[in-house]
This record gives sequence, C-alpha cells and structure tokens, in this order.
Amino acid sequence: MPTLIFTQQLRRFIPAPEVTTAAATLRAALEDAFGAHPQLRGYVLDDQGHLRRHLTVFIDGRRLRDHADLSDPLQPASKVHVMQALSGG
Amino acid sequence: MNARALLSTRKGLFEASREGGHWSLREAGFAGEPVSCALHDSRDGAVYAALNLGHFGVKLHRREPDTEAWSEIGVPVYPPQQPAQQDAQQKDVEWTLQMIWSLAAGGNDAPGVLWAGTLPGGLFRSADRGTSWELVRSLWDEPSRPEWFGGGYDVPGLHSICVDPRDSRHLLVGISCGGAWVTRDGGASWKAAVAGMRAAYMPPERAEEPAVQDPHLIAQCRASPDVYWCQHHNGIWRSADGAGRWEEIGPAARAVASDFGFAVAAHPADPLTAWFVPAIADERRIPIDAALCVTRTRDGGKSFEALREGLPQRQCYDLVYRHGLAVAPDGRTLLIGSTTGSVWASGDGGERWELLSAHLPPVYAVTFF
Repeated sequence: MPTLIFTQQLRRFIPAPEVTTAAATLRAALEDAFGAHPQLRGYVLDDQGHLRRHLTVFIDGRRLRDHADLSDPLQPASKVHVMQALSGG
Repeated sequence: MNARALLSTRKGLFEASREGGHWSLREAGFAGEPVSCALHDSRDGAVYAALNLGHFGVKLHRREPDTEAWSEIGVPVYPPQQPAQQDAQQKDVEWTLQMIWSLAAGGNDAPGVLWAGTLPGGLFRSADRGTSWELVRSLWDEPSRPEWFGGGYDVPGLHSICVDPRDSRHLLVGISCGGAWVTRDGGASWKAAVAGMRAAYMPPERAEEPAVQDPHLIAQCRASPDVYWCQHHNGIWRSADGAGRWEEIGPAARAVASDFGFAVAAHPADPLTAWFVPAIADERRIPIDAALCVTRTRDGGKSFEALREGLPQRQCYDLVYRHGLAVAPDGRTLLIGSTTGSVWASGDGGERWELLSAHLPPVYAVTFF
C-alpha cells in the first residue's frame, strides 16, 4: 500500500503522521490523508486545490509532474514524500 | 498613562507596553514566523494574528482575553476560480489567498463581525469572530477589477478598512493599486471614492481614473468620521466630506520634507491633525538625507512640521511600511516600527521620540489596544 510521509516541519504547526492508503493517484492519496486529518488540507493545498507553490512532492524519488490536478499515478508500494520546496526560503 | 500595542514582524508578534512612563517589549507569540498583521477587538478583548507561513500558507490565530494561548481559526478562502471572459484584456490573478494585509472589527452594532483585506485584492467578512469567512463578492466582481494591478506586491492588495463608528454598514476600503471604494449597505454595493486624486505613474489620459489610484494607506478620524487622510503613491490627500472629494495637501509636506511615504495616522479626536513618515520618493525609498523624521499637520494640511527629536539624523535607512505608524486613543502616544527593526515611541504627539529597540525583525504593522 502506498505511504504518505509529511515533512517534519509541518509538525511545528499541526499533527502530520504517516498515512497508508490504497489510492492509485496522488490526489486520491492526499484526500485519504485529509479525511483522517482535516487540518492538513489547508497546509498542503491552496484555495483552488492545487499543491501550495512552495511545497513539492516526491513519488518514489521522482518529483511530481502535476501541481494542479495532482494526477500523478502511485504504485502499490509507492513512498510519497510531501516536502518543503527550497523556493519557499 | 499606560499604553499597549502589538507589533507584527517578519519573525513573530511582539507587545510593547508603557507602565509608569517606562516602555518595555516582550514576545507575544509565533517567534520566527512571519506575522503580517494583528487586531485587538475592543468589543470583546480578543486578539487576532495573521501568519504568512512561507510554505504552508496563510493562517489566522485568535487569543481570548486574559489568556496567553493562541488557537488557529479559519482563514479567508477564495471561491473556485472562474475563467476570465474571452474578451478580457488582462489575465486574472490566481484566486488563492497570499496574505491577510489588514484586519478590522465591525462596529458595536455588529458583534462578532470582522473584516479582512487580502492579497490578491479581496475583502472578506466573518460573522463569527473569524471562525469562517466569506468573500465580499460585490467588490471582487466590480467591473474595474481587471484594471487593478500590484503595488508593492505582484498582485493588488486591500490594506485599508475604515469602519464608520456611526454606522458599521458604512465602510471605506483602500487598495494598492485599485483605488478606494465605499459601501453604505454593508458591502452589497460599492462606489469609487477617489475623486480629486491623480496617478502620476499612469499615462496622462488615465491619471484620474479611479481604479488605478494607489492609496498607500487611508486613515479615518474617529471623532469626525467624514475626515479621511490618504498617503498616496504620489502625494498626500485629505477629504472632509466622507471621501466624496479629496484635496491634495502634499505640497505643504514637500515644503518641509517630502510627500512620499506609506504610513499615515489620523488623530482620533482632532480632524485637523495627522502624522506621516516621509521618504525621499518612490524611486528611492530611504529617509531624506539619511535622517528620519515624522511630519505632522495640525491645520488640516495647510502646513506641516518635521519632527526629529530623538530620531536618528545620520546614516539612517529605516523605512516605515504603511501599517508601521500608529497613534493611541489618547492622541498623544505614537509608535513607529521600521523595516530595519527599529521601534520608536513618542508620548507627546511626536515632539520627542524614544528608541525602544533597534534589533527587532522588520516591522510590518503596529496597532494600539
């Protein structure tokens, strides 16, 4: 099952535990995480549901392609890291 | 007389307080985090602090009276973006909250109501002390909004919210760059309120267009709410008729310093008195001759004086942002916070200034409570 791992920096503000999901896309995986931890949504996505400008996601070591729709596919054993982008300072 | 103020800075919220004639500063929360503005609601004693977390977005926190703990509450959220009209000349901004630039309490006749001015160019209303927010769609859908543009930031921002103490359905808001707008029906409808202003940075044929004016800040006299003061991008204006007509008073300020700057503080009781912090000009945003001064008029802008005692008069490069100057309800106590992290206080209307710190983070906003 894919696993979502959130940057430790988030834990300065809110709980952000690892989440295991059966989702097949990044969007669906994040929705699973938000379902379990509703406060996470506003920290990860912007008003239009896009990934925040200064966050990035790596799926099995590769940076995501689709910031807007988050349509990147996941494999059954994917490790997904939600991280701060250095553009945010 | 005792006084307390909140200082919103690049790296945390601070509180300045004066007791027994002595000023002190203390951390008030969010050390290390950017605090874009704060509000003390005198109706119920709650304090609000808006954060602008670089990675994780804008957050809003509330502190209940007589407590030290902050709790995160709701933030303004823009509705789903609608595609721009096909004949639109300008690409629309992204409908995503970038910053809470101003917060204001509704009137005593509207308990629980708060207003938030945002980047990009939005006004939001809360009816439940900030737990939930709604975009004031009538202003967002104002037909001239595509003509608004960024002033200081890439996108337009709403920085001034003046709630009429006589009737809280009467609001004036100021936008850089998007002019000033007045509603008399609680935000259902809006009218431009910049007659008399001119934009020197526009082609001459568009200089008097309402939607391109850049009021850096608009302040209202609490006791005479028809009197407004505006530090504009290219001058200073005053209105004595509820923003129906603005009179340029900048030349008298130029005679003693400059009429460029960002901040203005209106005397709460005397409609003829206001303070400004001048810089050289829009091209060079540093104090004139590297010497900091505050300009004050006490005759409605006919004349100004430059007040310098206690302010650095050499090698000073402090700039004061638009929310970085404030006057207390007593009309005599003033605070300035600068981009260099300096804070000065005056207890006598600006005649003399005292340095409270030269080592704070860059100061975004100062507000008394």
